[in-house]
Amino acid sequence: MSRPALALVLLVALAAAIVLGVRFGPVELTTGEVLAALAGSGPEWQRQIVVDLRLPRMLLGALVGGGLALAGATFQALLRNPLAEPYILGISGGASVGAVSVIALGLAGAASWVLPLAALAGALLAIGLVFRVATAAGRSLDVRVLLLAGVVVAAFFTACIAFILSVAEARTVQSAVLWIMGSLAGARWQSVLVAAAYTLPAAILLMGLARPLNLIAIGEETAQYLGADVERVKRTALALAALLTAAGVAVAGVIAFVGLVVPHAIRLLVGSDHRALLPLSFLGGATFLILCDIVAQVVLAPTQLPVGVITAFVGVPLFLVLLRRSLVA
Amino acid sequence: MRFTAERLLVRYPRGPGAALDGVSMDVPDGALYAVLGPNGSGKSTLLKALLGVLRVSEGRALVDGRDVASWSRRELARAVGVVSQAETIAFPLTVREMVAMGRYPWLGPLRTEREEDRAAIKRALEQCEVADLATRDVMTLSGGELQRVRLARALAQEPRALVLDEPTASLDIRHEMTILELLREWADGGMTVLVVTHGLDLAARFADHMLLLSRGRVAAEGPPARVMESGILEAVYRWPIAVAADPATGTPRVTPLRGRPA
Repeated sequence: MSRPALALVLLVALAAAIVLGVRFGPVELTTGEVLAALAGSGPEWQRQIVVDLRLPRMLLGALVGGGLALAGATFQALLRNPLAEPYILGISGGASVGAVSVIALGLAGAASWVLPLAALAGALLAIGLVFRVATAAGRSLDVRVLLLAGVVVAAFFTACIAFILSVAEARTVQSAVLWIMGSLAGARWQSVLVAAAYTLPAAILLMGLARPLNLIAIGEETAQYLGADVERVKRTALALAALLTAAGVAVAGVIAFVGLVVPHAIRLLVGSDHRALLPLSFLGGATFLILCDIVAQVVLAPTQLPVGVITAFVGVPLFLVLLRRSLVA
Repeated sequence: MRFTAERLLVRYPRGPGAALDGVSMDVPDGALYAVLGPNGSGKSTLLKALLGVLRVSEGRALVDGRDVASWSRRELARAVGVVSQAETIAFPLTVREMVAMGRYPWLGPLRTEREEDRAAIKRALEQCEVADLATRDVMTLSGGELQRVRLARALAQEPRALVLDEPTASLDIRHEMTILELLREWADGGMTVLVVTHGLDLAARFADHMLLLSRGRVAAEGPPARVMESGILEAVYRWPIAVAADPATGTPRVTPLRGRPA
């Protein structure tokens, strides 16, 4: 498929997904009712559902899903490993420890910003730890050490979570597990604005690094010979991708597989040129997460499933099919 | 372009001794210069030091008289094209995309391809005879094809010098000769060509100068006739060797003899 064609398809799909997401949920609205609510002429309860709940939820889904897919594509290029994903540096583990801690201590309800802030602090702790280890060996950042340190740090955080949950009350355990599975239910305009304020600049900066990432994806030494400032590009891109992931986890929990499956699918369709891969992954991730979130809301309505469950349910089979297809091709 | 090494000393952390131990050399402008030596004698290390991707403990590496560390990567990439020993390609990539990467030093991260860039890419594809592979995925290429594509990428940089690390390793006669003939042709056209190789006989036929390394030190240097001596080669490769003029070409030819290590 040509790149402009796929960009167009994804843009239309994203717009359609947002429209669907505003119409469907525990309560189904007609397109007329949605338009009336947006114009401010419908009943107040419909305006609340559309403007206060569903629209911010869809936009937050787009930002988080796009950010995760973009971060995933970046990690895959930097680590030269198609199996890399945004949580590979222990970011999800760190964020989960932060969130689970405040839930277990009963502080999560104190104010709406406590939980995301604790999750962000945990994620940043993980990133700082892993970066420090990977740069300690010499002056240059070794991505293999980064990968290994990420795996070990993640294992440590998993143990921390297991410890906290084993001594916590049953109610705490349930809300902690639900948080870890990821959800967009907490979306409000405030969180959308915060998410947009970091996601969009970070995304634009990363896309500006697309061409040097192309070079690094075929080897750091080769990239140097082709004129790329490898060390600077590597550090900047890693930091941006890590921050995108951390911020996404902070507002929506650990949403699995978006960052792994989406870049894979896009790469199969348009190849590995990051000038196309990065923006298209962002669009693809945004659309994918919104669609999964709609499914999570309606499939067992009125019970809402964590969206991370759906992204895994859809993402795993999709990934396996793509993997098989890429082997056959 | 001119490459100069002044008493280079390189130590690898945890390595046994110095990988390069006081190596001095001078690659004159427009020469085809071959670096030879046994496995582990420091050939690749010497190239990396000359290209500024390896920190030297002592001594200096100069490119056109300037310390290589004072060149920015982009500035150096406009002047010197490199074909390194191997690269692992983890993602699908077409031949055209691969060769187009050679334009990075001229375009930088943001500018899009201009007419002159497309012309340079086309020229490089044609000169290396890979134009008909342009839309192929590089992961599906044979060893000989991939090597010519990597050479085309270096050529697309429009460099004044080429540095190659065993460019013909594991290639058959036709592919090896194609690449060497191209290198000779470019050197005759004024390009400086610095090549690491194991092929003594072919180096003696194609190169203007040879440098023979042994355990990180220069064992011999000069025109092929001076370096291709059985005494020198036997000492460096630690194996009985006969050198005779090849009946077909008249250039020195090496024959390793049967027997025990000298």
